[in-house]
Amino acid sequence: MIAIGERINGMFTDVKQAIVDKNPRPIVELAHRQTEAGASYLDINVGTAAADQESVIKWLVETVQAAVETPLCLDSQKPAVIRAGLAVCDTSRGVLLNSSPLSKKSDPEVLSKYVAMALESKGSLITLTMNAEGVPQNVDRRVEMAAEILTKCLELGLTPDRLFVDPIILPVNVPGAQQQPTSILAAIDQIKLMSDPSPHITMGLSNLSQGTAQRSLINRTFLAMAIGHGCDSAIVDVLDTALVDVVATAEMLMNKQIYSDSFLKAYRSISGAQR
Amino acid sequence: MPLPPLQEAYSGQVHAITLGGGTRKTTVTIGGAKTVVYGGPREACGAKPAIAIDVLDAAPEEWPPVLAQAYGNVLGDPAAWAKKAVEELGADLVCVRFDGIHPDKGNRGADHAVAVTEKVLKAVGVPLILWGCGNDEKDNAVMPKVSQAAKGEKAVLASVTQDNYRSLTATALADGHFLVAQAPLDINIAKQVNIFVSDMGFPLDRLIMFQTTGALGYGMEYVYSVQERERLAALAGDKLMALPVVCDVGSEAWRAKEAKASADEAPAWGDAARRGPIWEATTAIALLQSGVDLVRLRHPSAVATVKAYVESLWS
Repeated sequence: MIAIGERINGMFTDVKQAIVDKNPRPIVELAHRQTEAGASYLDINVGTAAADQESVIKWLVETVQAAVETPLCLDSQKPAVIRAGLAVCDTSRGVLLNSSPLSKKSDPEVLSKYVAMALESKGSLITLTMNAEGVPQNVDRRVEMAAEILTKCLELGLTPDRLFVDPIILPVNVPGAQQQPTSILAAIDQIKLMSDPSPHITMGLSNLSQGTAQRSLINRTFLAMAIGHGCDSAIVDVLDTALVDVVATAEMLMNKQIYSDSFLKAYRSISGAQR
Repeated sequence: MPLPPLQEAYSGQVHAITLGGGTRKTTVTIGGAKTVVYGGPREACGAKPAIAIDVLDAAPEEWPPVLAQAYGNVLGDPAAWAKKAVEELGADLVCVRFDGIHPDKGNRGADHAVAVTEKVLKAVGVPLILWGCGNDEKDNAVMPKVSQAAKGEKAVLASVTQDNYRSLTATALADGHFLVAQAPLDINIAKQVNIFVSDMGFPLDRLIMFQTTGALGYGMEYVYSVQERERLAALAGDKLMALPVVCDVGSEAWRAKEAKASADEAPAWGDAARRGPIWEATTAIALLQSGVDLVRLRHPSAVATVKAYVESLWS
């Protein structure tokens, strides 16, 4: 499982405060804790704390990469912010760019820009199955967009092993959204068949349980289901021990890890980057 | 739509380890494969498999005549036996098997085992494998002293199991040796033993895995598929399984009636003098094809056949 640690995000109040105060300590601590919990990448998202997002992402990247060796996942919907982060990022450790839709009303060529940055930094790219019209409501449209994304990436030279497709999970308690989890699973099945090797499948898991009771339970149950369909990555709270246990168990049941009585421990002993 | 490049990319590899140090005149590197067995470019195949010849600490009582005759009068003299194994037969390593300390096979003590170890160390310059008798209590009492006698020689100490690993692991750690982690033809237990041993602070890159070996006709196919899975797990990046592998071919092959039956017992099976070594060599070659890095052999003809096979593939 390529686990992307979600916590260094300006949407969280502790991170937001740290950004406002320019206080590296909470950021460094989150970097260490997520790394120890087995994160393969650390997501870096400036959120809404500051007006100058480009200088904030630079500060976050420099702060985190000085503290830990874990590769970073630069997270912004603005290409300029990603570019600013890349300018100071040690990409020799690997880097993941998060994320680009197929197209945007304000920027029809947004995907090409992200692919170019991924190629330049020898990194990987998360793409979203949405376009200028928004998030599709059904299986077929999701699959169709994934195919368009894959084709575009191949044309530009980004191979499927460096491409992550995020089929976009909406909160399950949003009116009309409760059929989405099954649509996503059906879409994953088809996306996995598009190429060999297939693109990675990732998802912003915590979004599923926004505003619900039993957030962790909903997250980990759906993650187990998605792993069963070929999902091999997620942007998650790696500090949620019960969730990591579910990942270890699901992957063992999928025959990705050889069983031993200490399989939970064995899963954690393999550092995130090697998964 | 352009075609993406087809490539087999493995994220992991088997550790390469170099056995032998201290007063040893040669070292032997095993492991290092980055691909499936004979499945990729030559440089990805890792080190050439190594051959260890068994030398018993005391003259064996139950060896079939074909095997015993091949060694003649060195059988009761481990130093001379080891010399013959290295100088005449070309062993990469000598495996001293301490059968003679087993309660049922002479019950010899630590003094005997230490003396044998010292003599063999003097007699030959190749790295040693020091293999206990398989009786936990006796091995725990004797093998730590054997280990100390070879301290600094970077020998291979065998073997630890799921139920008996603490004493030998601590000894091997203290004396700078490699360690054989044994599992009863069970990949899950193999992983568990590796976890137990590494939890004691023993570095994974000093471990060698051992699945109790079956012979051709006696469950070898299970060994074969376990070895295959171990290699695939290593290539997939499972650090706990990325260890070189040893097989005990000699003693297993010569337990088979097809190997040891005399011409009188089985007249239709052909010349006993050729049949046994062929059985042993065939078992070894099949296991090498499943990804084994180190084989323990006994009969000189089997050693010659397996050596020729390895050379023909690796030269």
